[in-house]
Amino acid sequence: MSPASRTFALEVRTEFQKLIRQPGFALPTLGFPLMFYSLFALTLARQGHAGGLGFPTYLLGTYATFGVFSTTLLAVGVGVALERGQGWLQLRRTTPMPLLTYFAAKGLVSAGFALLVVLALSALAVGFGGVHLPLWSWLRFVAILTAGSLSFTALALAVGYLAGPGSAPAVVNLITLPVGFCSGLWLPIELLPKLLQKVAVALPPYHLGQLALAPLEAGRRESPILSLAVLALFSALCLGAARFGYLRDRGRTYG
Amino acid sequence: MPEPQEAPVAALKEATQKYGSVLALDRLDLAIRPAEVLALLGPNGAGKTTTIQLLVGLARPASGSARLFGLDPRKRSARQRLGAMLQVGKVPETLSIRELIQLFSSYYPNPLALDETIRRAGIGEFADRRFGRLSGGQQRRAQFGLALCGNPDLLVLDEPTTGLDVESRRALWAAVRAFRARGGSVLLTTHHIEEADALADRIVLLARGRQVASGTPDEIKTAAGGVSLEEAYLALTADPAHATDSCQEAA
Repeated sequence: MSPASRTFALEVRTEFQKLIRQPGFALPTLGFPLMFYSLFALTLARQGHAGGLGFPTYLLGTYATFGVFSTTLLAVGVGVALERGQGWLQLRRTTPMPLLTYFAAKGLVSAGFALLVVLALSALAVGFGGVHLPLWSWLRFVAILTAGSLSFTALALAVGYLAGPGSAPAVVNLITLPVGFCSGLWLPIELLPKLLQKVAVALPPYHLGQLALAPLEAGRRESPILSLAVLALFSALCLGAARFGYLRDRGRTYG
Repeated sequence: MPEPQEAPVAALKEATQKYGSVLALDRLDLAIRPAEVLALLGPNGAGKTTTIQLLVGLARPASGSARLFGLDPRKRSARQRLGAMLQVGKVPETLSIRELIQLFSSYYPNPLALDETIRRAGIGEFADRRFGRLSGGQQRRAQFGLALCGNPDLLVLDEPTTGLDVESRRALWAAVRAFRARGGSVLLTTHHIEEADALADRIVLLARGRQVASGTPDEIKTAAGGVSLEEAYLALTADPAHATDSCQEAA
């Protein structure tokens, strides 16, 4: 194995081990989407319909999107903020570590956790929600969401570099909960007030949600080009913000 | 001060650094020569940590220059022969020391074998334990292992023995001496005067961002009038104007 790919493999392993051994990460990221899905889609609102689909199928799409959104922000955003605060990142920067490898490993591992969330929700939906999906549609659904995780990595890096290490978990919750709600990830967008429905169109998680609902034959049929463009533009803006935070850090205790 | 014969391993030239309106370093010249242990000594706020940040590439001087093996320390290639131990530098608590050293070793072109790092840092007893489960002294020694694993030519140690018990401190001193005996250079900061006395080939005394004295431990004692190193330290850092004269006498 070349030295660069060996470093990358070790970074991925390290990041994965670090997260999986931390109950404060693994339990809520996997547990919350599963818990809410069981509560709403499988129990309280099992008979409901949205966008021409039964709730168990529709909410599989939106809860999985929410799971991907919050997992990425927790794994990468809170992760980077904590490692800056601990001085761990600063110590790494005294080595010849390639910084891009570090970020890439974080992005890949968080996409892996996002995939786990999607798989677990799918199992729940098929096993207990009576959800039927053609295999090809389901594979598209999984692929869209896993790739979608990467589009939130940029936002997570921006949070990681701009938020303080102590406040990062709160910042992440302040972003994921209201934005998730307004993006129609908690309740189907059709059930939200008209004003919020208009706001949603400007929110990147709404667009990932719509992309994920398409293979399930649901959603509002937004143009996929528009959704992809919104996600790409948003990622670019966030990368700029992350870079600003990174440069601001230089020479300070955080790093 | 005599000109060093060989090219320095790391150097500052007229380096100035400001934090807001506070002058942390004031046109400091400093050179670490091959195979020497250089101790930076000085009260809090003297500029010791700032000096280290400039030399390991964490910050850039506001004016003047920093060089590491002749290169800008902020270049990755300059840091391939450097190992550093910072004052802060908490490590993720859920990873074992062996896992951490494997990762860090992979950053360097020519690292030590894993077992060799563990042996030289004297961390065999707890190499398989997670960082968070180690005592403060063990954590410090594990961090020393991380600094050592890339087989560096220069070790930069920022207060390496703060908070260590006597045994751990002695073990770390022995490891530093062994590193130096293999031809490595060491820059260390410390608050323990006897540590500088015991380890350093040369001491640079800093106060208010300037060098107030430089020389072997004996030279510094002589410069302050043949007193103990601790008294010399107090005398020299208290009155920079006088200390600069003494320093020139010493050199």
